[in-house]
Amino acid sequence: MEGLTLSDAEQKYYSDLFSYCDIESTKKVVVNGRVLELFRAAQLPNDVVLQIMELCGATRLGYFGRSQFYIALKLVAVAQSGFPLRVESINTVKDLPLPRFVASKNEQESRHAASYSSDSENQGSYSGVIPPPPGRGQVKKGSISHDTVQPRASADQQEPASPIVSPQQSPPTSPHTWRKHNRHSSGGNSERPLAGPGPFWSPFGEAQSGSSAGDAVWSGHSPPPPQENWVSFADTPPTSSLLTMHPASVQDQTTVRTVASATTANEIRRQSSSYDDPWKITDEQRQYYINQFKTIQPDLNGFIPGSAAKEFFTKSKLPILELSHIWELSDFDKDGALTLDEFCAAFHLVVARKNGYDLPEKLPESLMPKLIDLEDAADVGDQPGEVGYSGSPAEAPPSKSPSMPSLNQTWPELNQSSEQWETFSERSSSSQTLTQFDSNIAPADPDTAIVHPVPIRMTPSKIHMQEMELKRTSSDHTNPTSPLLVKPSDLSEENKINSAVKFASGNTVADGYSSSDSFTSDPEQIGSNVTRQRSHSGTSPDNTAPPPPPPRPQPSHSRSSSLDMNRTFTVTTGQQQAGVVAQPPAVPPRPQPSQASGPVVHRPVDADGLMTHTSTSPQQIPEQPNFADFSQFEVLAASNVNEEQDNEAEKHAEVLPVEKASDPASSLRVAKADSKTEEKAAASVPANVSKGTAPLAPPPKPVRRRLKSEDELRPDVDEHTQKTGVLAAVLASQPSIPRSVGKDKKAIQASIRRNKETNTVLARLNSELQQQLKDVLEERISLEVQLEQLRPFSHL
Amino acid sequence: MENELKFHYMVHTSLDVVDEKISAMGKALVDQRELYLGLLYPTEDYKVYGYVTNSKVKFVMVVDSSNTALRDNEIRSMFRKLHNSYTDVMCNPFYNPGDRIQSRVFDNMVTSMMIQVC
Repeated sequence: MEGLTLSDAEQKYYSDLFSYCDIESTKKVVVNGRVLELFRAAQLPNDVVLQIMELCGATRLGYFGRSQFYIALKLVAVAQSGFPLRVESINTVKDLPLPRFVASKNEQESRHAASYSSDSENQGSYSGVIPPPPGRGQVKKGSISHDTVQPRASADQQEPASPIVSPQQSPPTSPHTWRKHNRHSSGGNSERPLAGPGPFWSPFGEAQSGSSAGDAVWSGHSPPPPQENWVSFADTPPTSSLLTMHPASVQDQTTVRTVASATTANEIRRQSSSYDDPWKITDEQRQYYINQFKTIQPDLNGFIPGSAAKEFFTKSKLPILELSHIWELSDFDKDGALTLDEFCAAFHLVVARKNGYDLPEKLPESLMPKLIDLEDAADVGDQPGEVGYSGSPAEAPPSKSPSMPSLNQTWPELNQSSEQWETFSERSSSSQTLTQFDSNIAPADPDTAIVHPVPIRMTPSKIHMQEMELKRTSSDHTNPTSPLLVKPSDLSEENKINSAVKFASGNTVADGYSSSDSFTSDPEQIGSNVTRQRSHSGTSPDNTAPPPPPPRPQPSHSRSSSLDMNRTFTVTTGQQQAGVVAQPPAVPPRPQPSQASGPVVHRPVDADGLMTHTSTSPQQIPEQPNFADFSQFEVLAASNVNEEQDNEAEKHAEVLPVEKASDPASSLRVAKADSKTEEKAAASVPANVSKGTAPLAPPPKPVRRRLKSEDELRPDVDEHTQKTGVLAAVLASQPSIPRSVGKDKKAIQASIRRNKETNTVLARLNSELQQQLKDVLEERISLEVQLEQLRPFSHL
Repeated sequence: MENELKFHYMVHTSLDVVDEKISAMGKALVDQRELYLGLLYPTEDYKVYGYVTNSKVKFVMVVDSSNTALRDNEIRSMFRKLHNSYTDVMCNPFYNPGDRIQSRVFDNMVTSMMIQVC
């Protein structure tokens, strides 16, 4: 064709346009449709367009080759300048301005054209240059240095943008930076920091159109989306379609940049680090955001309260619904306030939206607040949604690096886990049974490590529990209070699990389980081989406090003790106590062991007492037999003391306190028994075995210890055996009661002494027992109260 | 449309039951147990569950009676999630209390919950 001489600017411009039209990337032929579009955008009358096309030879060829295209463009410029369309005018017309392609979407092109023609800058002209959405493209042709395009602000440009000064802030320096950039003619696509976010608010309206036009010029690929899309809400399809078109059409794409400032599309297009990250904030943008943040909140580590943020973002004139969505996305910790990172993310999203980007459904990774490091993550996890998040601003805020994506990803996990924790704690506080609770422990396990650590006494209780387990299994009686039974076993399992878990479980378990403390507070009993089945029930911590001497059998239920006594009696006395085994002996053991007086009588009395007890129901409190025992005992005390009966008495004495212990409810009985014992002691025959009193002391006491269990009456086989051993030892140590009359006086005196000693012992016993009784009663009351409290919820 | 009206009506009438339950509680302390009101009343087709927050905001859930697999715990967890999402919506300064909730996140959560149940 005719030789076409193009100026440099023209050359660049034309090649840009060519690439824009060359959607098939042929580099040779442009698509007719695109070309026609372009020509239409030139705002030339149709006949002129046709003429141009004819002139350039396309109609002949049927397609637009590069030369044809260039010629056509030149002709367009000619036509726009008002010159007649002649073939020769291509070259003759000098200083032809670049063809202006004006259309609703192509304002940028015209601007670009103008900018090519002149390098004059319009300081105010940022507005039009808002970077297009990623879909539009940030293509930048390799050869073209867009820098020159930058300063498109020329006076005759149709800058729809009003003076750039936004109501808010416009970085006044940005045009200068642009200028600087413009002067550069860096050939390559150097990354260029964004020329400042620029005034956003006011030019936003124009920005939308501007950006698209710019896109059309520069990107050379996907046609700018219809303007409607810019204001549509969450139309992801258009965005996605744009995005998909993008890779197809991009020829030479260095970076994709989103949004942000109202700077030249060029720079912005260049800036994004990766195509896949349209949400990345550049340093310049970030700096701008930080400045904005400072205007609201001078402390960069502080928060912007929700109301202030609302005002600020409302100025952007976005719909409230979108702002609400942006807020939801950016307020990461859901605390109603924005940290610096959150604020930047929100700002970025607003700018993006203003530029036509659709809001994502989820916060993009590059926008996630990078405030979590692993430790903070744990802390944050502990306090989900707390402002404990403030730890984040402390970290290096402005540097937004995609460095911690993993942490950001853990954040939602933590959120979830925090939810798990919530669930866990909620469940634990519910009145569910223990078994359910146990099942809940496992899933929460991995997270409980991060849960607030709770002190727990693991060791002693564990050992206790195991002991208890052992003993319990060996016991004959079942624990009437099954929850207590279950609890220890659960606790033993839990001991193997996290301490936090255990704590929580301990909490729930200890509904009526006040004894969790007492449970663990009896280390001294660990060594004991006697079961402490009920000691942990913690009814009377006082009782467990004073460490009993090892030989002392642990307190057990009265039943067990009675059992012991029964067995002891059976063994030693050979009497039949068959029925007693299963029954709590109501007869308190006679403390006058030594009763030298009428041991023989004792025995039948004892037997009677025991028999009467056996005849009574296990839970019954046969007080009369006690009285009967005592009265009989008194009678017997006056009589001679027999060896055997001495033994009997001792055993009986032991039985008495044991039996006393059996029924916490048998306070009366106990009291009476105590009184009776005292009477007995007082009236006991002076033939008390003095020695017997001393050894008797230990046996009653350990027997008494069994009182500690509030309501369980578990037989304690081991205790029994031990007790019997003790008893046997005691008995063996007691001297036989002198029968000789000749020594009566001395014997009597001796027995008196012994009796007195037993008396004192018994008195002490009595007081202790009464104390135990009080404790037991208190516990009972507390349990009843708890039961009452729990009862209403059974309806839920 | 018919169904919607019916559900609206059911929820409305269940509000009375909720109020009744709240007043019956009468306890000062509020914990998770009290927030969850449980089955308010069953109809022939549906079961209505109630939940009240600390700020006296009421959630009412209507489930199909034929959905027998739905256990109490699940309902509780659903209410819990609802509560959490609701507080998130509240935290948004752009949300005016009393407006219709238009939060996408909230809607997504509710939808996912309903799908999960069905």
